[in-house]
Amino acid sequence: MATLRESAVGLFGRRLAQALPVMLLATLLAFGLLKLVPGDIAVTLAGDNASDQRIAEIRQLYGLDKAFLTQYAEWLWKVVQGDLSRSLLTGEAVLVSIERCLPATLLIVVLAMVFSVLIGAPLGVLAASRQGSWIDSAVMSVGSLGVAIPNFWLAMLLIATLALERGWFPVTGSVALSQDPLRAIHHAVLPALALAAGGVAEISRQLRGALIELLSSQQVRTLHAKGLSPMAILWKHGLRNVGINLLTVITLLANRMLAATVVIEAVFAVPGMGSLIVNAALQRDFPVVQGVILVMVGIVLLLNLTADMLYGRIDPRVR
Amino acid sequence: MSQANTAHRGWAAVLDWLRRDKRAAVSMAFLVLLVLVALLAPWISPHTPSDQDLVNTLAPPSAAHWLGTDDLGRDVFSRLLYGARVAIYSSFLAVGIAVLLGVPVGVLAGFLGGWFDEAVGRVIDTLLSFPAIVLAIAVTGALGIGLTNGMIAVGIVFAPQLARLARARTLVVRQELYVDAARCFGASTGHILWRHVLPNAIQPVLVQVTILLAGALLAEASLSFLGLGIQPPDPSWGAMLARAYQSMEIAPEQMYAPGIAILLTALAFNSVGESLRKELDPTNQRL
Repeated sequence: MATLRESAVGLFGRRLAQALPVMLLATLLAFGLLKLVPGDIAVTLAGDNASDQRIAEIRQLYGLDKAFLTQYAEWLWKVVQGDLSRSLLTGEAVLVSIERCLPATLLIVVLAMVFSVLIGAPLGVLAASRQGSWIDSAVMSVGSLGVAIPNFWLAMLLIATLALERGWFPVTGSVALSQDPLRAIHHAVLPALALAAGGVAEISRQLRGALIELLSSQQVRTLHAKGLSPMAILWKHGLRNVGINLLTVITLLANRMLAATVVIEAVFAVPGMGSLIVNAALQRDFPVVQGVILVMVGIVLLLNLTADMLYGRIDPRVR
Repeated sequence: MSQANTAHRGWAAVLDWLRRDKRAAVSMAFLVLLVLVALLAPWISPHTPSDQDLVNTLAPPSAAHWLGTDDLGRDVFSRLLYGARVAIYSSFLAVGIAVLLGVPVGVLAGFLGGWFDEAVGRVIDTLLSFPAIVLAIAVTGALGIGLTNGMIAVGIVFAPQLARLARARTLVVRQELYVDAARCFGASTGHILWRHVLPNAIQPVLVQVTILLAGALLAEASLSFLGLGIQPPDPSWGAMLARAYQSMEIAPEQMYAPGIAILLTALAFNSVGESLRKELDPTNQRL
């Protein structure tokens, strides 16, 4: 089996090589944002009443007196070595801030994904098995609502009803998973539910579509004729086809949820990546903004890469 | 066939579509109403949206204030009407930029192929891995806070989705017989692109545009909610929700009107998009 494993490694290498130019362009974009700052960049970033020494420091940090490509190359070299420089406001290393904030964000996104699958998948199967019935149209309507509802408004509704009125969940804040797992999840339930609305809609729709197409295919009709029960057909033959669909949706959702959590974190006052970048943007703390962007794009690319690898596992033809 | 006649047939097709799809018709009517409200807001609002009545804050609905007043005693109904302006302006700004950037680049990439196509493909992949709102926040951080800056950034992040669709469609159209025929008659590349490729590549783009309008609306609401979009005292539905959030414990009903406005508008954009998708799907052709 050595050859098989080697080919998997080779595939991974190939995909990684494809992702590299994208990552490089992403760093160029993140650095290029600096060029949008109006006026003398160092003076603007230093803020009001900054000392000359402070301005000189920022000029030196980004090498602002050099040519653009030199600035970028020097900055990139530091980033590659894992140095995302320091916050202009607090002086804390950006990587340290991100390490502190990332777990809270990831917990909410992962929990939201779990909710999306746990609620969305059964709804999709139910709708597909009763195609055209009132159950089907009810599921589809819930789906339309889930896509159109503003996440942060849903978050506010959840707080008003389940937290303030009933007191079932804490209103705001978060607890570290490493400190107290149960309380951490308890705090993350409402943010995750607010985030999951779009996910539930997307997964139930995609699953319904995929199943309806599958159940009307020639292959399934043949299996039916051979006397297999619908459930057996679904489990033995349906899941592989549907699995690829589901994987695509989940990868797409992860990207979207990572973005949407920015606003959700503001509603629940969760000290995550979203709060980090919003506060940094409001105060022009540029190294932090760039750091959060790089890490988020990195996570998205890593997820895409993993999905590509899994496609190969589920359906060997993709290789 | 004369121009007027073609236009007439176009309208007839639209009317026919709306007559058959009730949900799309209701959604379209709602959107037309919304545009009218946005245009006429200064004339139809019962109050000036920034007028404060500090002895009458967080008031329930009454004859003078149909939807009550907010935490500064401002008329919620008037602010809602004015908010429609921001909603329409920002959604169309972002999606307009996405169309102007995405469609020409996508069509050219599909038509020319080669290194240009390759390079465009890489840029598309890169932008697609940027979470839209996060880039908008970063751009706002650089350019300075303001709704227009943020929505331009949203437009740039949306552009690759349209470029991708336009490119895929162009690859198909490029092979068509009528393009070859036009070339045989000595038509210039520009003429072929403008008269033959673009009109045929635009259909899938049109569907995505309506769906992106909903996305842009939600992005505007999010940015304004975070304080990175519209600045006080200008009313936007997202900014209204931000204020409602502040007084949530004493007046939770403040969040209903702006939230429902956003939900209904996004729902209407999406319904029109879904219906258009079915209508324009070539495999669903009614004979």
